[in-house]
Amino acid sequence: MKRYIVYRLLQGVVLLCLVATIVFFLGRLTGNPVDLMLPEDATPADRMAMIKALGLDGSLFQQFTIFVGNASHGDLGNSIRMRQPAVEAFFSRLPNTLAIIPWALLLAMCAGIPLGVIAALNRGNMIDRAAGTVAVLGIAMPSFWLGILLIYVFSVELGWLPSGRMGGPEHYVLPVITLGAFLVAGFMRLVRSSMLEVMESEFVKLARIKGLSESVVIWKHCLRNALIPVLTLWGVFVGNLITGAIVTETVFAWPGVGRLTYEAVIFRDFPLLQAVIILKAILILGINLFVDILYAYVDPRIRLA
Amino acid sequence: MTDAKGDVVLEVRELQTHFFLRRGVVKAVDGVSFTLRRGEVLGLVGESGCGKSLTALSIMRLLPKGGARTIHGQVLLNGDDILTRTPGEMREIRGRKISMILQDPQTSLNPVFTIGDQLREAIFRRSGARNRDVVREAIDALRRVDISAPEQRIGQFPHQMSGGMKQRVVGAISISGHPEVLIADEPTTALDVTIQLQYLKLLQRLQQETGMAILFITHDFGVVARMCDRVAVMYAGRIVECGPVAEVFANPSHPYTQALIASVPKMTGNTRRLYTIEGQPPSLMDLPAGCRFAPRCPHVEERCESAYPPSFTVGREHTADCWRMTAR
Amino acid sequence: MSIPASASPKPASETLRPAIPALAWIARLPGRSRRRRVPWIPICIIAIMVSMALFAPFLAPYSPIDQTLRDKLIPPFWVDGGSVSYILGTDAFGRDMLSRLIYGARVSLIVAALALTAGGGIGLLIGIVAGYFGGAVDNVLMRLVDAAFTFPAILFALLLAVTMGQGLGTLVLAISLLLWASFARVIRGEVLSLKQRDFVALAKVRGCSSARIMLTHILPNVLNTFMVLVTLNIGVVIIAEASLSFLGAGIPPPTPTWGLMVSDGRGRIAEAWWVSLIPGIAITLLVLSVNVFGDWLRDRLDPRLRQL
Repeated sequence: MKRYIVYRLLQGVVLLCLVATIVFFLGRLTGNPVDLMLPEDATPADRMAMIKALGLDGSLFQQFTIFVGNASHGDLGNSIRMRQPAVEAFFSRLPNTLAIIPWALLLAMCAGIPLGVIAALNRGNMIDRAAGTVAVLGIAMPSFWLGILLIYVFSVELGWLPSGRMGGPEHYVLPVITLGAFLVAGFMRLVRSSMLEVMESEFVKLARIKGLSESVVIWKHCLRNALIPVLTLWGVFVGNLITGAIVTETVFAWPGVGRLTYEAVIFRDFPLLQAVIILKAILILGINLFVDILYAYVDPRIRLA
Repeated sequence: MTDAKGDVVLEVRELQTHFFLRRGVVKAVDGVSFTLRRGEVLGLVGESGCGKSLTALSIMRLLPKGGARTIHGQVLLNGDDILTRTPGEMREIRGRKISMILQDPQTSLNPVFTIGDQLREAIFRRSGARNRDVVREAIDALRRVDISAPEQRIGQFPHQMSGGMKQRVVGAISISGHPEVLIADEPTTALDVTIQLQYLKLLQRLQQETGMAILFITHDFGVVARMCDRVAVMYAGRIVECGPVAEVFANPSHPYTQALIASVPKMTGNTRRLYTIEGQPPSLMDLPAGCRFAPRCPHVEERCESAYPPSFTVGREHTADCWRMTAR
Repeated sequence: MSIPASASPKPASETLRPAIPALAWIARLPGRSRRRRVPWIPICIIAIMVSMALFAPFLAPYSPIDQTLRDKLIPPFWVDGGSVSYILGTDAFGRDMLSRLIYGARVSLIVAALALTAGGGIGLLIGIVAGYFGGAVDNVLMRLVDAAFTFPAILFALLLAVTMGQGLGTLVLAISLLLWASFARVIRGEVLSLKQRDFVALAKVRGCSSARIMLTHILPNVLNTFMVLVTLNIGVVIIAEASLSFLGAGIPPPTPTWGLMVSDGRGRIAEAWWVSLIPGIAITLLVLSVNVFGDWLRDRLDPRLRQL
């Protein structure tokens, strides 16, 4: 098991370097961000000044060396608009995003897993179709629209919940629902197919031979095994949540890193965007690593190998 | 294997289980009848696909999903027809009155629970006793099936054990409820040959200790010779011959039984060629009207193809479903 | 005592007749069982949207970009204050919602077509190469695919929008980045199993070059899977395009795109709900229809792909 952890760690580091390199080159090779940031009446002198300010002068190789050097000190550039180190801006907002992500994941699981089990138990009939439709609805509705719809119904028309900004528990409700909605389908489908496979197993037959009640057979024996593949996708799901947060935080004016990303895009704040992407990569890769280790621990066949 | 047995504990009458598929109806179990007495071991022999396992599943009412239904027959457990019991009542019966050992030890145990957990589940149900007692009972159960160091095994996971050991655990789980009837569905087929004999001896010992009746499903006549008191031979969904093992071996009356016994490789006598039965079993969707073995039978007559033969008595408690038996 | 035999399941019957005889051929597509009924409603919705895209100039009552500030923020005709001259109302610049919706369909479908071709095409290529050659090539490519799966490509898409500027090219490129990995992985799986088949061995014996084998033998056999993947991913692409537009990284105004329309109406959700909500309904309906249709098509053509 220890070898596995070390191996995964190395993999993560390699991946991170790859991502950072890609971000670096993608940003500089596909066009000049300077041109998009300058107003139309900028003079060549203004342009040169900006290029210098962004560190875009010098050869690509020089730039890369400086970039790597700075990065190893935790310096990923400064946001143009906010005039502060990008890393600082990111970490000041990160807790706000981390406040809603676990709730969204929890919501998606509480809705998706039972739906998946019910669909698997009723395979082929109307209930299965209905559960499937509910799940697909979560994917078909763009989350930005769902958020706006929820705001309209619960904030504007009914006045029950606030329409945005951070605050007490009532501020969490709508953003969490919006963020978690599209994951419900993912969980449901996964659990459904996993359950269907597990229900055919011989050990399920043995459980029935023991005379255990149907609910114990399903919820204890089947589900435990069915959830193992779900665990492997947790990392991917959380990654989806982090990117989904970009839209959700924008809609609800939630001061997290998602909104930060949006602002970087809207204001063409290239250094900030570059830094945010790399930091998010670290976050996502870290979470994936954690999930992989968790999975190795949970499945006794791997833990005790 | 003593001669005097107890009264009938399980009686199956005209059991029919069919698969209703889009393409047609598969008559997998098509009128199976036999009796099982307390303390005896009845072998159910036949080639793959003849319906043996499905008969067992029909008795346990654990048919696979997807069109299988028991449409006719009675299964009398101590005189009580369990086919009419509600699912809740069946759950009480399973594990306590009737139990089953499955074929493949690699997949019979849940990989994410320790075998201690899985044993305790079975025991707890019966007694509802305290945890300490249940653990002790579990350790005892493992000891009974000849598993060494049971205290350590309790905390182990299935993948940490060999196939033979796993199958013993399955045995322990299955008999933990002290069932009156144990159905063993080819329990040694998936085991190493060297382990097979050990396991059979274990089953014999357990049977003698508990006095339970065993329905032993197998395709191996050698195992039948060793383990069983009586044997029922199954072909294409029906039982074609049934009787005490010694009698059936000495005096096989149905041509299929004769062919099966002839197919067992012998160490003495003419050992040049292996005897095989020509032809294929009939499709269970498309069964002939007469005797189902007729197409492959070396003694086939005209009447064999027109009507299915009834059961003829050919010896003491020995029956065979063959038209040629009318002469006797 | 006999347990009465329950009736055996009846085959599903085709009870709905197609409204447009021209579409009747869909019902006769080759397929295994007629178990699932043809999903006519989704097909109609898709047909309507495609027509909107193709015939936009003829269907739209107004120009989608002409501003008539005099007529701004008129609600749909069924609401108080609405009128039949602007069936779905107008936005803050007095632009007709229906016309913008119709032209928006055009954008969505063009971007979808292009992105699926590009992204799917790249994925197809990589999948075939990785699957066919195996070994180190396969290893490296699949590691890349794994990386692509772990790391969300939307962020790269946003980066591209900032560096390359907004536009159709940027958008298509960005969305292709989202797609290629899932195509590559599935196609590679198909190729792996195809590789074992005899006709490939035969071609090798005949001395065909690898490129030729891949092109003439492997490619036609994975086309089925490819088409199914395309239909399954249309929804993803539409949502991606809408999301990128919403975030200001898609096609720039004044071109109407559904995502942009939702974004436009955000500030005025209280007094003019239709500006944001109606385009969203269009997106949801289209994606839902495409998903249902795609599932049905997949069941018809290749149920093995059920786990996709």
